[in-house]
Amino acid sequence: MASEQATVVIAGAGMVGLTLAIDLTLQGVPVVVLEKGQGAAHGSRSICQAKRTLEIWDRLGVGDTIRNRGVTWQVGRVFLRDHEVYAFDLLPEPGHNMPAFVNLQQYHVEALLRARFFELGGVVREGHALTSVVPRADGVEIAVEGPDGAYRIAAAWLVSCEGVRSVVRRQLGLAFEGSVFEDKFLICDVRMAEAFPTERWFWFEPPFHAGQTALLHRQADDVWRIDLQLGRDAAADQETRPESAARRIAGMLGHDRFSFEWISLYAFQCRTLERYVHGRIVFAGDSAHQVSPFGARGGNGGVQDADNLAWKLARVVSGAAPESLLQSYDAERRWAADENILSSTRATDFMSPRTPASRTMRDQVLEMARSRPFARRLINSGRLSVPCHLAGSPLTLPDADTWATGAFGPGSPAMDAPIRTSEGPGWLLRRLSGGFTVLHLPNGDAPQALQIGGERVPVLRLGRDVFDDTGLLGARYDLRPGSTLLFRPDQHLIVRSRGFDAAALEAGVRLALGWRPQEAAA
Amino acid sequence: MTELSDDPRFTDPDGFYAALVARLDHAPDAVAFLSRLVLILGNEIGDQRVLQAAFEAADMNRESGR
Repeated sequence: MASEQATVVIAGAGMVGLTLAIDLTLQGVPVVVLEKGQGAAHGSRSICQAKRTLEIWDRLGVGDTIRNRGVTWQVGRVFLRDHEVYAFDLLPEPGHNMPAFVNLQQYHVEALLRARFFELGGVVREGHALTSVVPRADGVEIAVEGPDGAYRIAAAWLVSCEGVRSVVRRQLGLAFEGSVFEDKFLICDVRMAEAFPTERWFWFEPPFHAGQTALLHRQADDVWRIDLQLGRDAAADQETRPESAARRIAGMLGHDRFSFEWISLYAFQCRTLERYVHGRIVFAGDSAHQVSPFGARGGNGGVQDADNLAWKLARVVSGAAPESLLQSYDAERRWAADENILSSTRATDFMSPRTPASRTMRDQVLEMARSRPFARRLINSGRLSVPCHLAGSPLTLPDADTWATGAFGPGSPAMDAPIRTSEGPGWLLRRLSGGFTVLHLPNGDAPQALQIGGERVPVLRLGRDVFDDTGLLGARYDLRPGSTLLFRPDQHLIVRSRGFDAAALEAGVRLALGWRPQEAAA
Repeated sequence: MTELSDDPRFTDPDGFYAALVARLDHAPDAVAFLSRLVLILGNEIGDQRVLQAAFEAADMNRESGR
């Protein structure tokens, strides 16, 4: 049988696999991408692409394209029966390049990511199904069934981005456990010309769907996502018949001027692998963890896995970081997955109370919210995806000084802000996109860049290299003369201090590369 | 009459609700559990004027007038 060598094999060319493939390619790591299907995914999958995800895609050169293709939104409304209980605004402050959310169907996202990957010379091997894996101490033996027959790849690394039905996970016999929710949800994508605003509308007990919940949310090209809760006894073969689904949707919309793009019935699950790194095999996205959809934490969580993994794997492959650095991927993304699972479990529990007593409690929260604002904060129609703050990460150093930056601190992703450079107006995050970067408000001499091991670390000096004309950057980061912040290649803060100390920055970079202090000479 | 706070005061609203419902779902007698909970929270508040205002607020017959 034919056999080939590869550095990194990515199994699965969905949102997560393609994001990782682009990131690794940009960092000079050769990748082989296997995809058992043909073309982009179809059908009802992720639609809400969150701000942090858009910022990651912007770092990869495809953020504007995806934003412009989709519909931007930030307001959500929650209704009880026929009246609005409350509304929320997800991005109340100006001065960010990316909006709170862009709704764009996953098949469009994947097509745009593919185009970017192809532009970089990438190839997706369509119709190539991974059939078995054998872990070795220094790599993975992979068997593939392709259109022209079976072949083998000896890979140094394998990343499974295959989704919930991961073959690699099954091949390794890994437990994938968590909770299953009994209620079933009818998920439809319908095409129609409607003038509803681009907002997320969520109903508890709407007049058109007694006793259940409903969701209406616009996507690109006059396609709308509709979720209808159906209770635990719904039968898939009945409910997914177009006539049956059409009756329910017509009841909701009050007309039948729509056509179906997708109809499916889901019972939601929240589960995770215990660990995401198994020797030379790494899991990302839904093959590592699965969440229920309320909160848009599946696709967004997966893209953030890729963001976390790419710079680490690139440096492990090149020898710039020890293999043990990947343990931080495991720790950081397991932490994030637990947060996402907790959040989506709570939202699903709020929508589907498990006992009559908790049903009564839930209903009284909704009733009370009409007149008492405190109760509105308890209503949970999905807490929408926000980036994880990796405060306990082994790759961060705690603050030695005090900073008035709210939840932002070591382990947090950078906050965007408008800036100006010699090239004109721009955004902070675009300048934190090449590798490790220092942000510094000078109070004396500071170099334009540091050389730390093989890393060239630019120093963005405020008032010299970048200008904070609006003052938003300085205010957002609580900067004073001398303030210095060190960011990882995935834009997360490693350490910050009130003075510029080159030795401390070097120690920070080495810490984030996974070198222990005694290995610092490496 | 004593005014009750309408602002959210929970330090972790989602955590509060999840913990409450988890107890409720596992209680052999939900009404007995809620009764004990009201007694404990009532003693924490202590002030009869505040408690009286809470009784008024929780009474749906009066609530409907708001």
